[in-house]
Amino acid sequence: MNRSNADPAGEFPGTVTQTRASATEVVVTESLTKKYGDHTAVDAVSMTVRRGEIYGFLGPNGAGKTTTLRMLVGLIAPTSGTATVLGLNPGERESLRRIGVLIEGPGFYPYLSGRDNLRVLARYHLTERTAGSRPRDRFAEVDEILARVGLADRAGDRFRTYSLGMKQRLGVGAALLGNPDLLILDEPTNGLDPAGMAEMRELVTGLAADGHTVVLSSHLLSEVQEICDRVGVISGGKLLTESTVSQLRGAATLLVRAEPMEKAYPAVRRVVGEHRALPTAAGIRVDAGRAMAPEVARAVIASGADLLELRTDEKSLEEVFFEMTKQEHR
Amino acid sequence: MNDVVACTRAEFARLRKWPAFWIVLGTWIALNLVFAYLFNYLAYTSGSSSRMSNGQPREVLLQLMLPAAVPEVFTQGMAMFGGALMLVLGALVVGSGYGWGSWKTVFTQGPSRRAVVGGTVVSLMSVVVGLVGAAFVVDTGVAAMIGAAEHRTPTLPTAAHTLLGLATGVVILGMWTLAGALIAAIARGPALAVGLGLVWVLVVENLLRGVASIFSPVRALTDHLPGTAAGSAAGAMRTVGGTATPGVLDILSRPASFVVLAVYIAVFACGTVALMVRRDMA
Repeated sequence: MNRSNADPAGEFPGTVTQTRASATEVVVTESLTKKYGDHTAVDAVSMTVRRGEIYGFLGPNGAGKTTTLRMLVGLIAPTSGTATVLGLNPGERESLRRIGVLIEGPGFYPYLSGRDNLRVLARYHLTERTAGSRPRDRFAEVDEILARVGLADRAGDRFRTYSLGMKQRLGVGAALLGNPDLLILDEPTNGLDPAGMAEMRELVTGLAADGHTVVLSSHLLSEVQEICDRVGVISGGKLLTESTVSQLRGAATLLVRAEPMEKAYPAVRRVVGEHRALPTAAGIRVDAGRAMAPEVARAVIASGADLLELRTDEKSLEEVFFEMTKQEHR
Repeated sequence: MNDVVACTRAEFARLRKWPAFWIVLGTWIALNLVFAYLFNYLAYTSGSSSRMSNGQPREVLLQLMLPAAVPEVFTQGMAMFGGALMLVLGALVVGSGYGWGSWKTVFTQGPSRRAVVGGTVVSLMSVVVGLVGAAFVVDTGVAAMIGAAEHRTPTLPTAAHTLLGLATGVVILGMWTLAGALIAAIARGPALAVGLGLVWVLVVENLLRGVASIFSPVRALTDHLPGTAAGSAAGAMRTVGGTATPGVLDILSRPASFVVLAVYIAVFACGTVALMVRRDMA
């Protein structure tokens, strides 16, 4: 499922507005800042995550992604600024009970099996919900989760014997304990092979489809482009932008290759308007969407030119990201 | 409060499957048996002199290996190797979580940090109580076997003496265990904590007491150090004279040593909790 064009808040033209009623802000930060001495790791980040969306937190290594996420779960205190998570202060008991977290790699007891690790965590996590319940019932969820993250067969093996990918899966499994409303996953595909990454993407989109809100940090642009509804781009501790993936990539353009250009170019300009067609080395770049393609094709052919190629030309998130971070570093 | 109970149970659930945990406790029991009974019994059975190497008559040595003397005997090793081993345990339990990243995971599960670390402190103190009780039972069993082998009438210690011995054991080992926990919280890891802790227990305190013997103004300080208080509490259990076990002292009275140890226990426990609650978990 490619959710990159979805817009759960229904803010943008042409998107479904049905979700607007249920759209509430799950994570809100205002000028969130973290300094270590003179170094500003996170610099006045103001971001918003809405209920039910997959929010991609995108940035190169050392950009401040993990530090920001750590502040959202109360592992570190901000130097200044505010944050609310599920309407509560970060790290507050009720907030943590409704969040599933995987931050900066999985942290488990190496001498325990994957199953026992989750059972220990379940004892911490489920103190009220399962008060008085039998251990057998309390731990049923653990086995379900292990199956969901694909570790059922190795659940009895010690954590220290797991591959990096298996450790990562167990980390995601731990985040699922207690069926949280919000999942905060920091680089969840780290260490996974291509098949594992695809499975992880499927798992994340499945979780979102089940009603979970997911904040996913990554430096893998293709991953974010593929599964996220909205993204925040962070670099050097600063949030450069926050928008939908499609908005960030900009409107699609058409690329027309035709011979001879002297005939084709004026014909295209007549159809789309004088200022929306630009001759480039690659062809005529037309500032118009896919809907204009048939009309443009007819105009080129009618002009007597040969139409060699006509396709939509969209910037990848990677191109956008590099443009933004390049500007930031200038 | 429910959260602290749940966190204590969770901590026990992982501790009881940790090999290092059982190795430290097993080593403690084994060393206790070796130094309290094995060497003494070998000396008793093979020695030809009427006085043993520590200057005690053979009959006194045998009395110290019988069940009635267990409260006195099993506390003697606590001031030295017993305390050092429990400091290692406390440092491992708290410090390892930093290296494994398990504190980070546990701190995001729901209960407050105060409840989580409080649960760890409670579980450590429960382990101490269990260990002291287990050591007492094992020592009593071994002492009963020695008594039977030497055809002595089995006489158990009085209830008051037993309780006093158990309480002495708990405050000494509890203090050292929590000292290890606090150092590990400060060092954010087990290695430095174990190293620094052992240097303090085995070297620095003895040196400071040596300094106090030639420079009296520091005596007020050295008389109230953790090792001095622990050694004095163990020393207060002694009923026979002669050379004491290394680390066993007679500097403070029993009540004074108990008060000092109780203060250290409170400071170490509160310090560990406060530090881990307030500090960033980077």
